[in-house]
Amino acid sequence: MLYALVLVNLLAGAAMFAIPERQRLLAKLAALAAGTFSLAISIATFALYDRAQGGFQFEDRFDWLPSIGISFHVGVDGISAPMVLLTGVVIFTGVLISWNIETRTREFFGLLFMLVSGVFGVFVSMDLFFLFFFYEVAVLPMYLLIAVWGSTRKEYAAMKLVMYLLGGSILVWTALLALYHAAGVRSFDLLDMQAAGFDPSLARVLFPILFVGFGVLAGLWPFHTWSPDGHVAAPTAVSMLHAGVLMKLGAYGIIRLGVQLLPSGARDWLWFFLIIAAVNVLYGAFSAMAQRDLKFVVGYSSVSHMGYVLMGIGSMTAIGLNGAVLQMFSHGIMTALLFALVGVIYDRAHVREIAAFGGLAKVMPRFAVLFMIAGLTSLGLPGLSGFAAEFLVFAGTFQTNPWIAALGIAGVAVTAAYILRMMARMFFGPLNERWRGLKDMNRLETTAGVCLVALLVLFGVYPPLMVGQIDVSVAPLIAALPK
Amino acid sequence: MDDLYYILPEIILVAAALIVLTVDFFLPEGRRPGLAWPAAVAPLVSLGFVIAFWGTERTLYSGTLQIDEYALFFKGLFLVITFFVLVGSPGYVRKNLRHPAEFYGLVLLAAVGAMAVSSARELLTAYISLELVSFGFYSLSSQAKHELRSNEAGAKYIILGAFSSALLLYGISLVFGATGTTFYSGISQGAQTAAGLGPGMLLGITLLISGLGFKVAAVPFHMWTPDVYEGAPLPITAFLSVGSKSAGFAFLIRLFAEGLGPVMGDWRVAIGILAVLTMTLGNLVAMQQRNIKRLLAYSSIAQAGYVLVGAAALTDQTSAGMMLHLAGYTVTNLGAFLAVIFYNNATGRERIAEFRGLSRRSIFLALALAACLFSLAGLPLFAGFATKFYLFSAAAASGMWWLVAFAIANSIVSVYYYLVIIREMFVAPSPDPEEERTPLRIPLHANAALGVLVVLVLWIGLYPNPIVQAAEAGSRAIFGS
Repeated sequence: MLYALVLVNLLAGAAMFAIPERQRLLAKLAALAAGTFSLAISIATFALYDRAQGGFQFEDRFDWLPSIGISFHVGVDGISAPMVLLTGVVIFTGVLISWNIETRTREFFGLLFMLVSGVFGVFVSMDLFFLFFFYEVAVLPMYLLIAVWGSTRKEYAAMKLVMYLLGGSILVWTALLALYHAAGVRSFDLLDMQAAGFDPSLARVLFPILFVGFGVLAGLWPFHTWSPDGHVAAPTAVSMLHAGVLMKLGAYGIIRLGVQLLPSGARDWLWFFLIIAAVNVLYGAFSAMAQRDLKFVVGYSSVSHMGYVLMGIGSMTAIGLNGAVLQMFSHGIMTALLFALVGVIYDRAHVREIAAFGGLAKVMPRFAVLFMIAGLTSLGLPGLSGFAAEFLVFAGTFQTNPWIAALGIAGVAVTAAYILRMMARMFFGPLNERWRGLKDMNRLETTAGVCLVALLVLFGVYPPLMVGQIDVSVAPLIAALPK
Repeated sequence: MDDLYYILPEIILVAAALIVLTVDFFLPEGRRPGLAWPAAVAPLVSLGFVIAFWGTERTLYSGTLQIDEYALFFKGLFLVITFFVLVGSPGYVRKNLRHPAEFYGLVLLAAVGAMAVSSARELLTAYISLELVSFGFYSLSSQAKHELRSNEAGAKYIILGAFSSALLLYGISLVFGATGTTFYSGISQGAQTAAGLGPGMLLGITLLISGLGFKVAAVPFHMWTPDVYEGAPLPITAFLSVGSKSAGFAFLIRLFAEGLGPVMGDWRVAIGILAVLTMTLGNLVAMQQRNIKRLLAYSSIAQAGYVLVGAAALTDQTSAGMMLHLAGYTVTNLGAFLAVIFYNNATGRERIAEFRGLSRRSIFLALALAACLFSLAGLPLFAGFATKFYLFSAAAASGMWWLVAFAIANSIVSVYYYLVIIREMFVAPSPDPEEERTPLRIPLHANAALGVLVVLVLWIGLYPNPIVQAAEAGSRAIFGS
């Protein structure tokens, strides 16, 4: 089942290039089919995961390069299953939102599905070689997706994004080889390496390398600058996937290779990365406040929200790590929704200046409602998934370092300030006559938006639905930490 | 007679070369470029024999030549190269060159030299074989006789090439002086005696490394590369970038493994520094190139640097990694060059900026070239990622972490200049919108050849196990483990 998730998307991506250029509808339908398939399989993966049994499930294994111990070994646990679900949802809604792409449609969807296959690959790989392999596969189509279909300094942003992310992978690659040789078990398998264990002095060296290497993708300050530029320049569906899912790959990598393989390294460094996480939260939030372009606000708010994820990981408590993974999911859905909505308004108005809008709630009621739900999730309104996630993160961090937790909570206040101000300016007040003729969201766009909102509400109202599953895999990780 | 049987692959190529040169007289001028097709059959037949020999271990001609999996691996590689160079040539030859038969004949003869290099277990045999390769290339690179740049390339190449051959020969004579033999097995024994560790031997090895460094285009012996690559006819540039380089490494790996193994410990750092210089300079200078031939020249210098990383940490595993990376690099670079040749045939262009809008005019050509460039950059799905990962992992096993870190960083930095070409093809609008709407006319056989190479690139990238096993078998043959 998990093989299908990776390979079908990869093949679908490749096959789209064979569709004749003029058959745009065919390309879109193929994309919709692949997106629906991904959504179905990812929901099934999440729903069928057996919590009582725990551990990795739906495993498959293929000996890929036996002489150095690489196998295409896939499986999901309580941490990766929500991520798989997230990816499935975002790509499905991303296809719906991109329905109006008319330039080089087949190439767009071809590259988009290569990207998706890479993302799925990272989340399901239990072999670290393949985890890294798919991590790079996910980065590879980004350049073209942004540079061809993007806006606002797109070529600069595309190159910057690719070079930053690949820069991070220099560290990851080196550390991965070091792990492999230090473990001495001639296997890249996560579980084999975990069983072999690592020397604390080595872990102390490798942990920060891995943390920073993956952290670049997670928007870790001060290596986050690619992210607002990249997200703003990217076309809507790519921003959704990138901010929604790709940034999670970084955090996921930190949990898998950092916390899971090098618990003692994590223990040694956590104080330092907690501080960085707090900087992330506040720096991102204040930068978002200073932006005039709607998309930049969302971009910087991602940097800020990823700070909560890092804070949850850094707390090194079960409750905090649960919160971090839930925040990964929740932020993924929320930011995908926000980018989708920014795309909707930009398509119609061709501007993104917040100051240019006003009173939009009158002409675009559906748009306004969806946007406000997303915004309220972002500022952590109870009843929506963002609240549950951030609450857990703060509860965990408070046990480790109350001061950092306090800084995090201050970040929420700043977030509330910029989100509320932005919404007030856009939707209320007198209607700017320029926008009298704007059409509200069409049926496809609304469907996409409602799907995403439904998840925010579902996991906000009843978080145990997801946290229960995350905890199955988080608890053993925390139990393995040296005291 | 038995010995003759085992050199049949070489004999077939020589015969084919002679036949091509003879038939040439009886053909009308217009049909001569088509001689590439019959000529291309020869490497395929030879390849059949090489595959049939797989698993044999035999010493020929009083120990000067060895048939083992190492030699067969490289022979197979050279035959694949020769085949694709010949298949990729006719269009270019028809447009730009006057003496097709000489061209095809020399390509075949250079291939014979390269194949013999991989078998040689004795310094003079290896040297003479390598000279056969070089002499083929000296005249091939000046084949565009009416063109100034081609003549310049030939002249530069032969002068610097002769110089490097002299270094190599002098090195051989010093090693002979110190150990009393030119056979690798004897050198290996002699190197462990007092004389084997003396200054004569040291100087000899230095000169050998310098001479071979020239052949594989390692910095600081790379000066000839960009000019010769730029001036030589395109198919020959392709041939040089993979054939000549692999021949140099075929010489080097066997010599180091079988002959100089006992003293290699002293050379690790020196070769490591060469590797760092080669990678770094190749990549940095490649970024500034405007001509795609020069860019690929510097990129090939950088690739030689990655292979040298393996040489610095020489073990049976790194040598398998080197062979693997060379094989992956070979199909990739051939693919890239074929795409450039076909584009050049259709439009006469070779500057990077002139690739603008290619994706609109031929999506297949653009995708194939993009796949090869991504592979050269070492990105996954394509050969370059798998081969580099294996090679660097093997090098890390012997503890040369500083070198591996350098190599990984270099590999990532190189993505930049490959992306620049991809940007021209896919992103930048064509300067002439009219032109953009006219599809390029690429002959069917060209698309087929390119398609096969791209499949190979993907195959090594997605399922390298068979070729890894072949490389490991080859490596075991020379390390005797």
